[in-house]
Amino acid sequence: MTIMALIELKNINKTYFLGEIDVPVLKGISLSIENGEYVALMGASGSGKSTLMNILGCLDRPTSGDYLLDGEEVGRASGDRRAMVRNRKIGFVFQSFNLLPRTTALENVIMPLSYTASDLSRRECRRRGIEMLKQVGLEDRIYHYPSQLSGGQQQRVAIARALINHPPVLFADEPTGNLDSKTSEEVMEMFSQLNSEGITVILVTHSTEIADCAKRSIHIQDGLIVNGNYTEKSSGKAVNS
Amino acid sequence: MSILGTIVVAFKALMRNPTRALLTTLGIVIGIAAVITMMEIGTGSSNSIRESIEKMGANSVLIIPGAFRQSGVNKGSGTQMSLTPEDCEAINRECPSVGVAVPIVNANGYQVIAGNQNYMPARIQGSAPAFLEIRNWEIDEGRRFTEREVQSRARVCLVGSTIVREVFGGISPIDNQLRIKDTTFTVIGVLKSKGANMMGADEDDVIILPWTTARLRLTGLKTGEATNTTSTAATSPSDLYPGEGVAIYPEPVETMEDDTLHVPKFIHIDQILFMAVSPDKVNEAVDSVTALLRERHRLKPDQDNDFRIRNSAEFMKMLTGTSTIMTNLLLGVALISLIVGGVGIMNIMLVSVTERTREIGLRMAVGARSKDILQQFLIESMVLCLIGGVVGILLGHGAALLVNAYLQWPVESSPEAVFAAVVVSAGVGIIFGFYPAWKASRLDPIEALRYE
Repeated sequence: MTIMALIELKNINKTYFLGEIDVPVLKGISLSIENGEYVALMGASGSGKSTLMNILGCLDRPTSGDYLLDGEEVGRASGDRRAMVRNRKIGFVFQSFNLLPRTTALENVIMPLSYTASDLSRRECRRRGIEMLKQVGLEDRIYHYPSQLSGGQQQRVAIARALINHPPVLFADEPTGNLDSKTSEEVMEMFSQLNSEGITVILVTHSTEIADCAKRSIHIQDGLIVNGNYTEKSSGKAVNS
Repeated sequence: MSILGTIVVAFKALMRNPTRALLTTLGIVIGIAAVITMMEIGTGSSNSIRESIEKMGANSVLIIPGAFRQSGVNKGSGTQMSLTPEDCEAINRECPSVGVAVPIVNANGYQVIAGNQNYMPARIQGSAPAFLEIRNWEIDEGRRFTEREVQSRARVCLVGSTIVREVFGGISPIDNQLRIKDTTFTVIGVLKSKGANMMGADEDDVIILPWTTARLRLTGLKTGEATNTTSTAATSPSDLYPGEGVAIYPEPVETMEDDTLHVPKFIHIDQILFMAVSPDKVNEAVDSVTALLRERHRLKPDQDNDFRIRNSAEFMKMLTGTSTIMTNLLLGVALISLIVGGVGIMNIMLVSVTERTREIGLRMAVGARSKDILQQFLIESMVLCLIGGVVGILLGHGAALLVNAYLQWPVESSPEAVFAAVVVSAGVGIIFGFYPAWKASRLDPIEALRYE
């Protein structure tokens, strides 16, 4: 069996058409991420890293180019197919947590399961949700509402939600942007641990400290990759606040 | 996602803002409550009208003679003496759709004397035994008169409960005597009380006797306005047995004639009452009776009927029709309020979609297809409307019961209305929830996630 890259981008272009002006954001990005990598996408605002993230996360389509996720062309797949890919193969963690208000931590965690085609019983969903919350260390906060949780706890609920379908890849868009340095450290440690368990983690950040946790940093500038090398620093413990 | 799961999610989403959900659905609650109340009052009143008409005798039809016209003056319905007992017999014999027909002789305006009581009943009617059957009238005590008593012109009568009270002081009058126009009658039965009819007249203020007796003893032969053409019956013995100018009987002397009771041949009767074999055969019966009577009365095709047929079904249709119009009118108003309620639902659902843009973006990011989002919001508005519908049904039913308790209006719960209310409220939910739901499903997940 040949080892196939988990994520394979070939000459990805993305242009926004705003009225009469075309705004090219990504100008031919080719990238390959292997299974089990820990990658930080870096770049200044406006560099196109968020756009690249959206394309990687199947939320946006590239204007041209190929995107193979787990060997499947998803850049040109139908909307429903891409929704399924998002559900099964991708986990999202957002800067602002995006938990449903007035909904318990458990309900938030098992929410993606309701869009999974396989008909899990409600009890089975809850069992998996509780297991996930245990994994992120929130087994005593199962029935708490987001408003009753600290920022770090909320982000951990969001991580549990992202992992509920056991996706091979986890995207995190500025996951520590709304957290203080101590909880940032906790969350970053969690990512490192997940990565060591075999999950591919892709972070978007503009903070070098956060990026230093990753094994590989990809710098984007003006829609092009300027540096996609592996960093030699060891992962996980490198956050210096 | 399973439908049940979606319903649970929708319910939870609504419970996140219970006050708003309550206020939103209030329009539907009021609309459905109004519909249910209107339907219950409407069916109640039309049923009570139908019942009171049925009390007067279901599917019975009255034939009355036509108007007599003299010197250009129309004397009104019933003045022409065009109906004969033979007509009645012919109807019984020749019309299969007629259950039974009886002649009626009205003998109103005579005093009834019993003991020291002197009383004028509202109605004295002569008829045949089947009359009670047609009028759906039962005997409380005693017995009805027989066909034999009709033929023998027996002096027997049935009395209504008002007569018992007014004339006999409430004591059972069976086998007692009463006098009408100096003739003694034996009371053989008491009619079951019917109460007042729809017009408020006392139905029990009545004496019923064999029609032959009424003709002979009370009204006499009404020949005054009879038209010669309408009866083929011969009246005198010499007409019946024409014997080449030879008199069969000797000419009676004057004193003899005075002493002899003249037994008139009953050429004319006032009305014929008949009953169709079943309520849906009433029109068929009316048609066949009309054809038969026209033939018997030898009317030419261009001539008008010399009788009129009064169908209680027509009367019933007219009365229930009035209440149906009122019910439909109010139902229309109630439906308008449902539409207003639906617009309210749409408005709030639009607000809800805007407010939950981030949630929609998130759901899409974790794998919701646009049809999942559409379904979620559609079911949410449907659940909202159905809850409103159920509350409305309960409120409406309660209001109808209150109306019944305090205003004494007849109400009747109608399962059809409940079913219709559920369907309509779900329909309102779908129709007015579709646009907001569609708008939600069209959102771009990236934009939605970024929405503040």
